[in-house]
Amino acid sequence: MIAYIMCFILFFVGLYGVITRRNLIKIAVSLSIMEISTFLFFALLGYIDGGVAPIVDPADPIKVYVDPLPQALVLTAIVIGLATTAMLMAVIIRLYRKYGTFDIREIKNLRG
Amino acid sequence: MKGMTLIVKKTTQLIGGMIFMYGIYVIVHGHLTPGGGFAGGVIIAGSLILVTLAYGGDFMKLIKEEAGTTIIESLATIMVILIATSGFLFGTKIFFNNFLPKGVVGHLISAGVLPLYNVFIGTEVAASIFIIFLSLVIFKEESTQ
Amino acid sequence: MELAISVITGFMILGALYAIHAKDLLSSVIACGIVGYSLVICFLLLKAPDLAIVQIVVDTITLIIMVAVVHDSSRNESYSKLDTQGYISAATIILLIMLLLYFFAVSIKSLDVLGTSSLRMAKYYIEGAAPKSGSANLVTGVVFDFRGYDTMGEAVVLVTAVLGVLTILRIKGKK
Repeated sequence: MIAYIMCFILFFVGLYGVITRRNLIKIAVSLSIMEISTFLFFALLGYIDGGVAPIVDPADPIKVYVDPLPQALVLTAIVIGLATTAMLMAVIIRLYRKYGTFDIREIKNLRG
Repeated sequence: MKGMTLIVKKTTQLIGGMIFMYGIYVIVHGHLTPGGGFAGGVIIAGSLILVTLAYGGDFMKLIKEEAGTTIIESLATIMVILIATSGFLFGTKIFFNNFLPKGVVGHLISAGVLPLYNVFIGTEVAASIFIIFLSLVIFKEESTQ
Repeated sequence: MELAISVITGFMILGALYAIHAKDLLSSVIACGIVGYSLVICFLLLKAPDLAIVQIVVDTITLIIMVAVVHDSSRNESYSKLDTQGYISAATIILLIMLLLYFFAVSIKSLDVLGTSSLRMAKYYIEGAAPKSGSANLVTGVVFDFRGYDTMGEAVVLVTAVLGVLTILRIKGKK
C-alpha cells in the first residue's frame, strides 16, 4: 500500500511543476515526471508474489507467472511518450528562435 | 555538423556495428526471449544516432538520408496494415487473424505471423525516431548557415 | 519487495523535487534523466524485462534531445518575486491536490496488498496466450495477437508525431 501512495506523491510533484513553473524546459521535465509515475503504477498492478518473468520455458511448464497485460499496455505507452516529448521539444526550439527567451510570461507580453 | 574527437570516432568504429546486430537479434527472437518489435527498434535507432553524432556529416548527405528514411517508414507502416488485413483471406474472417501454422512453442520458426509483425514494427519505430533526430540536426544546421 | 520499491520511489521523489527547483537548466534536465533510470531498476524488481530494455534506451534518447535544446541558450532560469499571477497558480494547485487526494483515498481502499491478488482476466491471459498464439514470450503474444488494435494505433500515432515534427521544423518554403 505504501508503494501506491509514493506513486501518487510523485504524480502530485509533477503536477505542481506543470502548474507553477514559468520556464518552458521545467514544464517539459515535469510532464515527463508525470508520465513516469503512471508507468510505475501500471507495472505495480500486475505483480504477483513469487512470480517469474512471463516467458514460457518448455522444459518445466508450470510456474506462477506475472500478469502480462499491464506490461503490454505500458510497452506501447513508453514509445508514445517519447514521440510526444520530442514534438514538445520541437515547439520549444521554434519559440526560442523567435522570441529569444524561455519564459512564458514574457512571450505572452511580447506577442510578436 | 562537426564530428567528435578521435577517441570517440575510434570507439564508434569498433562498437557501432555490434549494437546494430544486437538490435536485429532482439527483433528476430521477439517471440522467444524478452524484447520484441519495440525494444529492437529503439536499439537500432540508438545505434544510428550514435554513428551520426560521432562522425558528423555535411548538409546534403543529411537531407538525402532523411528523404530515404521517410520512404522506409511509410513502406513499413503499409506492410503492417496489409498483413493485418490479409487475415480476411484465410480461415475465420476477422481482422488480425493469425493464419500461418503455429508450430511448437519454443522453436525459432513458430507462432504464425508474429515474427513478421515484429520485423515490420521494429523497422517502423527505428525509422521514426531517426527521422525526428535528423530533422532537429538539419534545423540547427540550416539556421546557422 | 514493497520496501525496496518504496525506497527507490522516495529517491525518485527527491530527484523530481530537485529537477523542478534547480537554478541551472542543464542540472534540471540531467535530474529528469536520473528519475528515468531509477524506473529501470523498479521494472527489473517487478520482473518485467521487456519494459526495462525499452525504458533505458528511450530515456537516453530523451536526454540527448533535451540537452541539444538547452545547450545553445542562456542556461539560467530568471527568478522573480511572487506577484498576483503566482498567487493564483499556488491557490489552483492546492485546490487541485485536495480534490485529487479525495478521489485517490476512495480508490486506494479497493486495492489489495501488493502482490497478493491479480486482475480478473489474468488467469485467462496466462493460460491461453502460449497455446493460442504459439509464442513463448507472453507479452509479445498479448501485444500482437490479443491486443492487435493497440499496436496498430501506436504505429499511427508515431507516424503522426513524425509528420508534426517535420512540419514544425521547416524554414524554407517552396519558391
